[in-house]
Amino acid sequence: MTGHIDPTLINLTVFVLAVFVGYHVIWNVTPALHTPLMSVTNAISSVIIVGAILAAGAEIVDFGAIVGGIAVGLAAVNVFGGFLVTQRMLEMFKKKAPKEAKREG
Amino acid sequence: MSANQLALAYLVASVLFILALKGLSSPVSARRGNLFGIAGMVIAVITTLLITRNWTLIILGILIGGSIGSIVARRVQMTQMPELVAAMHSLVGMAAVLIAIAVVHNPSGFGIPDPLPRGNKLELFIGTFVGAITFSGSVIAFGKLAGLGKHFRLFSSAPVVFKGQHWVNLVLAIVMIAFGVVFFFAASDGQWLPFLVMSAIAFLLGVLIIIPIGGADMPVVISMLNSYSGWAAAGIGFSLNNTMLIIAGSLVGSSGAILSYIMCKAMNRSFFNVILGGFGAAEGATAAGGQQKSVRSGSAEDAAFLMANAESVLIVPGYGLAVARAQHAVKEMAQKLIEKGVQVRYAIHPVAGRMPGHMNVLLAEAEVAYDLVFEMEDINSEFGTTDVALILGANDVVNPAAKTPGSPIFGMPILEAYKARTVIVNKRSMAAGYAGLDNELFYMEKTMMVFGDAKKVVEDIVKALS
Repeated sequence: MTGHIDPTLINLTVFVLAVFVGYHVIWNVTPALHTPLMSVTNAISSVIIVGAILAAGAEIVDFGAIVGGIAVGLAAVNVFGGFLVTQRMLEMFKKKAPKEAKREG
Repeated sequence: MSANQLALAYLVASVLFILALKGLSSPVSARRGNLFGIAGMVIAVITTLLITRNWTLIILGILIGGSIGSIVARRVQMTQMPELVAAMHSLVGMAAVLIAIAVVHNPSGFGIPDPLPRGNKLELFIGTFVGAITFSGSVIAFGKLAGLGKHFRLFSSAPVVFKGQHWVNLVLAIVMIAFGVVFFFAASDGQWLPFLVMSAIAFLLGVLIIIPIGGADMPVVISMLNSYSGWAAAGIGFSLNNTMLIIAGSLVGSSGAILSYIMCKAMNRSFFNVILGGFGAAEGATAAGGQQKSVRSGSAEDAAFLMANAESVLIVPGYGLAVARAQHAVKEMAQKLIEKGVQVRYAIHPVAGRMPGHMNVLLAEAEVAYDLVFEMEDINSEFGTTDVALILGANDVVNPAAKTPGSPIFGMPILEAYKARTVIVNKRSMAAGYAGLDNELFYMEKTMMVFGDAKKVVEDIVKALS
């Protein structure tokens, strides 16, 4: 056996393991929180902003950099919007307030 | 910063993203989970900034995009969440396409050899076409959910079908792959044309595959597009050799896929059945056969009387409640009933509303305690011992026809509201629901229909209970 492992194989390994992790983690999400799940996964997929940053950060502002800059803007909408709207929704979920419980008791 | 330090930082960010999703196992841990997600994002962005030289465009993009995102997040109504989520998916899709374009334009800027190696080209092809389909498909989904059908026919919530469309889509898909293959084998001076044509076809396909899907199948569609946006990110991760993007993308891709699966099971339709569309006539069509059967109908006061004298009430919210923005009125009504000593709980069907978990969020917004809200599997056995089932704007999810072999919705899991001692149904009219079927529940002896807009009817009930 000779040679180094092609990075693509390593990426593939990571991908397969990530899918398994994703499967188990997501099945454990309570159905009541499926909407915040969609908004937070949206925010997480916007970590693609990292690729956009690499494009937009080129020293010479050429076509690729501008395209990257636009991509940064689009992804940023999702990063801020996604986490903030998730936060907003999660703050709405409350258990029965103590004074309500007392009134019924 | 060395490549190893970067990789380590990205690993920490990836773990934080996983923890963010783990937090969603309960409302108690979820808030902390969201903070983990934010922390992961901050680490990812800052470490990447440290390896780029020119921050001008980046800062500009973050400021503009961030402001728009923050304002929208603050102002959006919970009843608009489905369209917001659809719109956000489109942005991820487009970002993936733009990044792929930037990579093809200047691979060395990303540490990729120039001319592009074949492996990278394949990965770019995948990331691009999935991203493009996600973009245009999500735009259409947004239009359908936001009810923009009157402005632009393609946004109509009724299916837009034309003859032979599945063949057209198939041919286009094959042509797109063919251009992808040309791109794969092209020399570096001949690669732009096939790449751009392939992308253009992908954008077109995104529109074409979503337009034939009707409004109430949107929970599956948005979940599917959620999944695609994840795979697009993963594809870009492969091209850029970035394991964090692969991990994040795969988490999101799996999430959307699982949600789509759950939605399809809850409708007892196969995924392909939903995607190939055409199901569901335009809303408002009366059931075939022109029913002349009579229904018992009553007023809000009658409903109030029935519920006030009951020991237990189960409320079944549906899309009608969302459309009427009646969730706050419902909370008030439930409050009054609880004060009279009635046990009030809520029964949620997985596909109630226009997106997974939609009803739960609307009720949470109305400050309904989440321990009173139950999912179908947990609450179905309780209908038999419940005095009153109050159906608010839900239809197919409580239709007993689902138990009858031969019915178009046979096999679909339903909320067994027909087992309650008395059933009160609120609808605007007798028009058939999404499946175009008559709902046997409405004609049962024990059922009383209360016609009218959900919000108005519930407010009238509240007045009658006071």
